[in-house]
Amino acid sequence: MNYGIVSQEQLEQIDTILQDKLIKLGVDCVIIIDMAGNIITAKDNGESKYDVYSFAALAAGNFATVDAMAKLVGEAEFSLLFHKGQDSNIHFSKIDDELLLISMFGKEISLGFLRLNVVEAIEQIKTVWDTSQG
Amino acid sequence: MSFINLKDKVVQVKIVYYGPGRCGKTTNLEYVNRKFRDQIQSEMVSLKTHGDRTLFFDFLPFDMGQIKGYDIKIQLYTVPGQVKYNATRKLVLKGVDGVVFVADAMEKQREKNIRSLNQLHENLQAYKESIFKLPLVIQYNKVDLKDHGVPILPTSVLRKDLNSRLQVPDFEASAITGYNVAATLKKIISSTVVSIQKKLL
Repeated sequence: MNYGIVSQEQLEQIDTILQDKLIKLGVDCVIIIDMAGNIITAKDNGESKYDVYSFAALAAGNFATVDAMAKLVGEAEFSLLFHKGQDSNIHFSKIDDELLLISMFGKEISLGFLRLNVVEAIEQIKTVWDTSQG
Repeated sequence: MSFINLKDKVVQVKIVYYGPGRCGKTTNLEYVNRKFRDQIQSEMVSLKTHGDRTLFFDFLPFDMGQIKGYDIKIQLYTVPGQVKYNATRKLVLKGVDGVVFVADAMEKQREKNIRSLNQLHENLQAYKESIFKLPLVIQYNKVDLKDHGVPILPTSVLRKDLNSRLQVPDFEASAITGYNVAATLKKIISSTVVSIQKKLL
């Protein structure tokens, strides 16, 4: 997959999906990154001020580490990666082999509800990708 | 691979400082972080052990300004130098656009430099990248130690050891004092940006 360049149209479609599926739900910040730590797109609720570039680098490293640990115990991957804090939580989800979707959210959203929406968002993002790549 | 965002007009460039343990990769980044503070919006991220050795990587993002209307965001990474951390080194190299190989000019480190460079070659191959094609700059670090009576290798020897086949730009440097740290960085940024431009045309 050529993910090096994404068209403006694609990005706008993806941003709309993130906005409708996750930000509207109350998620503070959503980032799509590649496994090298580059940011594909980032959306937030307008209030949160995260350092998304450092975040992307660390998240890519974190995901790669967990992936390597999975292989060590004979798993193909750990599909759920979730960090829970007192006020904020982070959820990681793989879109495909190269892309990760990261959601940062507070305690007012339940993990289950978030996961349902993340799954739907990822399905839609994949469609956007496939139509333009195929 | 650099990531280009056509909507926000941002190009993200990944540059990795590679080299044997204790050669001064982190020191290079720390100097850049101090010297170019006003261009750097975020804090330098360092994942290190209790003994202050790099465990995973250091990360320093900064803005280089615009080229043809595109914001260039340079992301500097280091790898952990210790021999046992090769799996992590490999992870950090994923998607790399340019490499600075930091060699330790101390006489006793001669073999370690060569081994580390060979391993860089192998690790890049795992990503189907070639050390002969990827933008690369070599830095012979710690030349200041000569003034303190520590035996260091002459640059001609280091060049013969490390750069006789590669023939890439190289610099004598002292990361601790800042000598040629900026020159190394400027060179790798310009080579990398030129190489990305070529790929796009």
